[in-house]
Amino acid sequence: MNNYIKFGLLIAAILGTLAWLAVGGISDTKTYYKTIAEVNQMGDQGKEKRLRVAGDVEPNSIVRDGRNVQFTLAQDQLRLKVVYSGVDPLPDTFKDGAQALADGKLGSDGVFHATKIQAKCASKYEAKPAMQKPAGVRTS
Amino acid sequence: MENIGALAILLAFCFAVFSVIASLVGKFARRPFLVLSAERAVYSIWALLTVASGILIYSLIQGDFRLAYVAMHSNRSMAAIYKFTSWWGGQEGSLLLWSWLLASYATVVVYRNRRKFRDMMPYVTAVLMTTQTFFLILIAFVASPFQVLMAGKGIVDVGDGQGLNPLLQYWTMVIHPPMLYLGYVGFVVPFAFAVASVATKQPGDAWIHTTRRWTLVTWMFQTTGILLGAGWAYAVLGWGGYWGWDPVENASLLPWISATAFLHSVMMQEKKGMMKVWNIVLISTTFFLCIFGTFLTRSGVVNSVHAFAQSPLGRYFVVFLALGISATVYLILNRLDYLKSEAQLESVLSRESSFMFNNLILLASCFAVLWGTLFPVISEAVTGEKISVDAPFFNRVEIPIALFLLLLTGVGPLIAWRRSSIESLQRAFLWPLTGGLAVAASLAAFGVRHVYALMSFMLCTFVAITVVLEFVKGANAIRAKSGADLLSAMVELTHRNTRRYGGYLVHVGIVLMFVGFTGKAFDKDTTVDVKRGDSVQIGHYELRVANLESGQNENYRWGILTVGVSKDGADLGTLRPERRFYLASRQPTSEVAIRRRLNEDLYVNFASVSDDNRTVTIQAYVFPLVSWIWIGYWVVLFGTIICLVPSKSRLIWPRTEVVGIAGKHAKVEK
Repeated sequence: MNNYIKFGLLIAAILGTLAWLAVGGISDTKTYYKTIAEVNQMGDQGKEKRLRVAGDVEPNSIVRDGRNVQFTLAQDQLRLKVVYSGVDPLPDTFKDGAQALADGKLGSDGVFHATKIQAKCASKYEAKPAMQKPAGVRTS
Repeated sequence: MENIGALAILLAFCFAVFSVIASLVGKFARRPFLVLSAERAVYSIWALLTVASGILIYSLIQGDFRLAYVAMHSNRSMAAIYKFTSWWGGQEGSLLLWSWLLASYATVVVYRNRRKFRDMMPYVTAVLMTTQTFFLILIAFVASPFQVLMAGKGIVDVGDGQGLNPLLQYWTMVIHPPMLYLGYVGFVVPFAFAVASVATKQPGDAWIHTTRRWTLVTWMFQTTGILLGAGWAYAVLGWGGYWGWDPVENASLLPWISATAFLHSVMMQEKKGMMKVWNIVLISTTFFLCIFGTFLTRSGVVNSVHAFAQSPLGRYFVVFLALGISATVYLILNRLDYLKSEAQLESVLSRESSFMFNNLILLASCFAVLWGTLFPVISEAVTGEKISVDAPFFNRVEIPIALFLLLLTGVGPLIAWRRSSIESLQRAFLWPLTGGLAVAASLAAFGVRHVYALMSFMLCTFVAITVVLEFVKGANAIRAKSGADLLSAMVELTHRNTRRYGGYLVHVGIVLMFVGFTGKAFDKDTTVDVKRGDSVQIGHYELRVANLESGQNENYRWGILTVGVSKDGADLGTLRPERRFYLASRQPTSEVAIRRRLNEDLYVNFASVSDDNRTVTIQAYVFPLVSWIWIGYWVVLFGTIICLVPSKSRLIWPRTEVVGIAGKHAKVEK
């Protein structure tokens, strides 16, 4: 067989495998960024997709109940009830008024069931281009 | 004071612009004095930026809180060393560090080559100083570190600053950013030489020979930077991970991957005269990925845990990247004729082809990381919906890639150049393959069912045996002649060809790291609320929560938990995880306690304490084999240093004569 064909086939096989892995990886892990307004309008659609919602933690809305934590995310006048039932304790920066990102799915009760929370304290505070990516510790 | 600093930066900017113009005009108009003055300007820029940095550091240490930068990143109670590191603790200061490092590198390059490469140097200077100009535009006009807080805002007095982020007040964080920057910035130099070589229509590999050490040293810095970051994340952040595929981590990994590809493919050019265009493309890619990485951390394009605050800097980077990439592509296309390959790939089973596949795989993995990192941006542009992919995506794609690379690491060095016969391969791979399979089989017999982990351990054994065999084979040849003992024969062997055997040592280090990474497949963790005196069971360990002490110093309040550890009934002493609350930034942090052993780490995080002080939440983890990552790093470092030692005997490669088009054009440029 011609060398070019051999190399071509090998390269195609490798790149094909990787592309297949990548496509599978994307469809399994993709998370949609949505605003609270969009989530409220999503209806049933929201129950299938993994969503990421951003907002501020409404002051005095945090209720801890054993492992579960309930709170309300606020953006302007809109509100979204969130129940967090993940394994990891909430990040140190998660408190009233913090900016938070919640990952999870919308339940049929209209409550957002989060499996991961990232929080960023509201103070004007920068982190470094360092490496850090805990289960939701935002240093800024 | 701050006016002098700002003035120094402004002057440095003017000098950089002058240097670019003077070196190019001097080159084209054949005015050596202009070229010389451009090089002098390089020295002056270093001096000016040193003054500016010195003033910034002085202000940080003195606590001159009138300056916005100082007020945001320093405070009175911080230890002096952290006041110093605040130099790169924020956007403006870290840009200044970038610029200063670039100036330092440029100074060394210009000084060392003041009598060499007279035809290439004007271009080298121009490339270095164009990059410098770009960064100085940012520092002088967009993100000045000498902004005065009070100016025009009616603020009269700032008593104290906000302080450096407490998570960053840790020793590895003192050196991690400079190391990473030394890596980022360092790739400008080989890139500048590559551009100069193409621009002056050089047929040979002069640029590769001159910059080989640069590239290696830079690569070493970047490896160090990445590993320090990983080690810091592991020891400080309390979740026990060392890599999370965050955009900013990826930003540091991207140029590292392409640089690794470059380090391998230059061998093809040096020994066979192949892949000339490819090497230029690779080093340019690496350089632009470095700039891109800097951009990613600063623009807020992609949501990241570490990103600096959103800023208008992004646009400047996009413009610089667009211009730089177009200019480089144009230059390479224009000079393709001078970069013709001197040999062809002859067989799929050859050293050449293994290098090619190594490059292909590295680039594919680089692309996958880039794609995943930019996925939110791409998906928003294409579908209008912002979609992100997380760690599982990267793991899914990168783990098979990494395993395949590991395989090539073992295969590549044993295949002959040009073509290899199946029989010779069978002979070479008999023992390594048997060893690898034996390890995998015995692990499977002990109940390990994780497929990737089995493959990884098999390949690690495979590569390790090939490397050992290479050393033994070479050493035996020396012993046959000189009769020395095995160890000194190995040292002699390494000394004769430091690049080859140093490279093997680097491979061993990588194998050890893979052993550590594979340990991740066997992690155990538990998170529990316990009362004092209660016990927690994890793996073979029993953790007994004893007492809680607390106190306060001027920087933070603290609580230390004493946890008694025993394994299968045997007492192993205590671990003392700590929880702190930093007063200036009002931020809690955890100081985890880790019992590091070669087989596994026991990792205990004091996550929270209830209001009545009775119940504490602790997270306990068992991480098998993690220590091998750090050990592997030291081996990589050692191997790289060996590569830098000059070989005892200068090897002459059997290299095809340079004739034909390249030879003809070699005389054109005079």
